[in-house]
Amino acid sequence: MSVNYGYKRSAVGAHYGVRDWLAQRVTAALMVLFTLLVLARIIFSSGPIGYDLWAGLFAAQWMKGLTFAVIIAMLYHVWVGMRNIFMDYVKPVLLRLTLQIFAIVWLLVCAGWGIQVLWRV
Amino acid sequence: MTELASPQRPKRPEFRNINAFKDLTTYRMTPAAWVSILHRGSGVIMFILMPFVIWMFDTSISSEISFGHFKDAFNSGMLGLPGFLWKLAALALIWAYLHHFVAGLRHLWMDLSHDAVTKEFGKSSAFATLAVSLPLTLVLGAKLFGLY
Repeated sequence: MSVNYGYKRSAVGAHYGVRDWLAQRVTAALMVLFTLLVLARIIFSSGPIGYDLWAGLFAAQWMKGLTFAVIIAMLYHVWVGMRNIFMDYVKPVLLRLTLQIFAIVWLLVCAGWGIQVLWRV
Repeated sequence: MTELASPQRPKRPEFRNINAFKDLTTYRMTPAAWVSILHRGSGVIMFILMPFVIWMFDTSISSEISFGHFKDAFNSGMLGLPGFLWKLAALALIWAYLHHFVAGLRHLWMDLSHDAVTKEFGKSSAFATLAVSLPLTLVLGAKLFGLY
């Protein structure tokens, strides 16, 4: 194992905690529950499956709030996952940092767009 | 653990500093290894296609007119690309979501239960993951392409 402390400590590491590991699992569980909820609401709906049903799913304020929480959860989940991949396969620090910044911007843009759409319904 | 400690095990080849072109091509991956790398691959696919996902969310839900645009993209194409390519992208997302979902549940189960972290369970649950995600992908893909 190479030296990874003091002034040689990797600045683009995972901060060596259990926090992100746990967060990835908690956010995963939330997304699983959300998926099952949306599926159940479609399966147990009556009438044709089309625009009205689909838009109606997200009409209520509680569903908007829950979907908002899921979008934020996904943001964090994907960030942890992509950072893991970059840490495993991309060794040069500058390239890794560039990819991490790209991932953050990419995810923030997507999350902002998704949240904006959510409250337009 | 006892299995690892027994001295009768035949000597296995050791891999250090794996060369992507020389070693990975001959490396025999177990079912659990396939599920694991596909978990990563499916995650990357969803990361890259995320704007497409939000676009689908946007156009499908904003209004009935945009819902029409949403359907048109898959039927008559969009941005100069034919509809079936957009359907292929959607199919890639369907597979990625299903695989990531089932393989993720497998990981969560392994985090919660020590009994699940055995060689046998690793193999059988890996097969189970593929046995759920692949047929479901086929069924939904057939629906997407209008086969039934």
